[in-house]
Amino acid sequence: MALIETDRLSKIYPVGETSVRALDEVSVTVRPGEFVAIMGPSGSGKSTFMNVIGCLDEPTSGGYRLEGVDVGRRDRDALAEIRNRKIGFVFQGFNLLPRTSALENVELPMLYNGIGPKERRRLARASLKMLGLEGREKHHPNQLSGGQQQRVAIARALVNQAPLILADEPTGNLDTKTSVEIMELFVKLNRDAGRTILLVTHEPDIAAFSGRIIRFLDGRVISDEPVRH
Amino acid sequence: MQNDGAGAEAEMINIPATFRISLRALRANKMRSGLTMLGIIIGVGAVIVMLAVGSGASRRISQQIASMGSNLIIIMPGSSTAGGLRMGAGTQSTLTLSDAEAVARECTAVADVAPMHTGAAQIVYGNQNWATGIEGSGPGILNVRDWTLAAGRPFTDQDVRSATKVCLLGRTVADNLFGSADPLGQIIRIKKIPFVVIGVLAPKGQSMMGQDQDDTVIVPITTAQRKIFGTRLPGMVRHIVVKARGTDEMAAAEAQITELLRERHRLTPREENDFTVRNLTQIMQAAEQSTRIMALLLAAIASVSLLVGGIGIMNIMLVSVTERTREIGIRMAVGAKTWDIRLQFIIEALTLSLIGGVIGIVLGVTGAKLLSVLAGWSTVISVLSVLLAFGFSGLVGLFFGFYPAYKASQLNPIDALHYE
Repeated sequence: MALIETDRLSKIYPVGETSVRALDEVSVTVRPGEFVAIMGPSGSGKSTFMNVIGCLDEPTSGGYRLEGVDVGRRDRDALAEIRNRKIGFVFQGFNLLPRTSALENVELPMLYNGIGPKERRRLARASLKMLGLEGREKHHPNQLSGGQQQRVAIARALVNQAPLILADEPTGNLDTKTSVEIMELFVKLNRDAGRTILLVTHEPDIAAFSGRIIRFLDGRVISDEPVRH
Repeated sequence: MQNDGAGAEAEMINIPATFRISLRALRANKMRSGLTMLGIIIGVGAVIVMLAVGSGASRRISQQIASMGSNLIIIMPGSSTAGGLRMGAGTQSTLTLSDAEAVARECTAVADVAPMHTGAAQIVYGNQNWATGIEGSGPGILNVRDWTLAAGRPFTDQDVRSATKVCLLGRTVADNLFGSADPLGQIIRIKKIPFVVIGVLAPKGQSMMGQDQDDTVIVPITTAQRKIFGTRLPGMVRHIVVKARGTDEMAAAEAQITELLRERHRLTPREENDFTVRNLTQIMQAAEQSTRIMALLLAAIASVSLLVGGIGIMNIMLVSVTERTREIGIRMAVGAKTWDIRLQFIIEALTLSLIGGVIGIVLGVTGAKLLSVLAGWSTVISVLSVLLAFGFSGLVGLFFGFYPAYKASQLNPIDALHYE
């Protein structure tokens, strides 16, 4: 069964009198365990695609099935619940809560699904440890380097055992060396832990870490091919 | 997952964690939180002080009513008319001692009667002297005014009939003339006439008008009339104070007295009363009522500042929602639902207002105590008024926190995440 299955997914934004087709009948299938990079210039529709896949936005038309369940048009709270259980987000700007420890940042998704405080703490610690952040639990984001902050964000994305990791330009704010470290981390997560990863980037070097590249232009998929290593 | 409806959401909301988040957000902006709370602190403090002052005043009046005696009716002589000018109540002498006796004898709703003849005089004991009020009355006075003797004995009907020179001293008078010595059996001089002190009254405190009720000497009315003050009209009294048998017999007593006195004064149905019967307790209760209304009015005005404090909370919460748009976006991205976000901001507003409320209560209670210690105002802090103020500040937080919380929960997660 496919993890992600979109069927002629379209998103149309009204702009003044006219409208913009940000997504134009996109049909994509992603199987569990894949590592997919989404590429394209800005305005190509890749961000809109990620927002719809991430249940942050609703499509104007077309179908979207996540783990076989139709999640195309749901109310806010239903979408919030799907995000909580099925999707881990990693953003370009890390998006950690300021003035909040690494541990509590990782606990955040579990605040919204009824896991008790002790269990929350335990799972968050384990997740941080897995990402090599043991001993940094009490640090606030401003006390951590960019690479460490992004690893905290990845720990947060992993902690709910979500089947899908969505990474939106995760290395955009990092230097080359750290970018490589983070990408190797994603590769490891994909290969060893079997996590499905959807990565948005405009850098070919970064996309090269993935197993499959989907290119967007003007709201359409213009190419979809595996990466030869 | 598909089956998770609204019912499952409620139990998902994590109150203790949400509360910690709120506290942290408030701590992050200590100055701002403090200033926002100040509105609530002042509002709650003002409400508490006003309620304390108000109920202090009305309790004081109730005490004075009680100290004056309960179920009192006062009979005043009627007004005299001189050349078309009516001179006001008490200008005509129409009430007699025998009227008083008749009321005591014949009105069934009346418990006791005290005819009064009052005046002021200088009294002397040894080398001490003191100016005070002299109240000439009958033995009924103690019962009528709910007065007890601290020492000695009351005077009797026999004392009244033979106008004996005996007296009862109020506490203030006894203290001023005798100090710590025992006044019983001593001889004092009122207008140079020697009187035997046969009793000392238990202290009563101030009257409604602020008079010291213990600054008095009570003598038999006949003695007052004939020996101390003299009178042009023997047998006449200034007024008569009557105690009814019970609160529900006040009206009956008034009717019986009016009927009896009209009959005794031989008034034809066309003639007006040559006396006035007043229900004293009712007058006092009206005063108490108006004090209470005044207190409520003060508290209502004070609660306006609580309202203003609430608007301050709403203002700051709206700023806070805007500032933390990105945080809201992050929370939404990781799965916070509508009510998770709402509750976070409502609890934040509630925390502000309740902490402000507690500080306001402490300040209000302290302020009320200071007022009573420093300014001598009587204040009463009731548990109810404290609970009321606390509950009201909570309601203010809830009410003014809801709109910002609602606004936060309606943000679009994508826009919120990319908010700079």
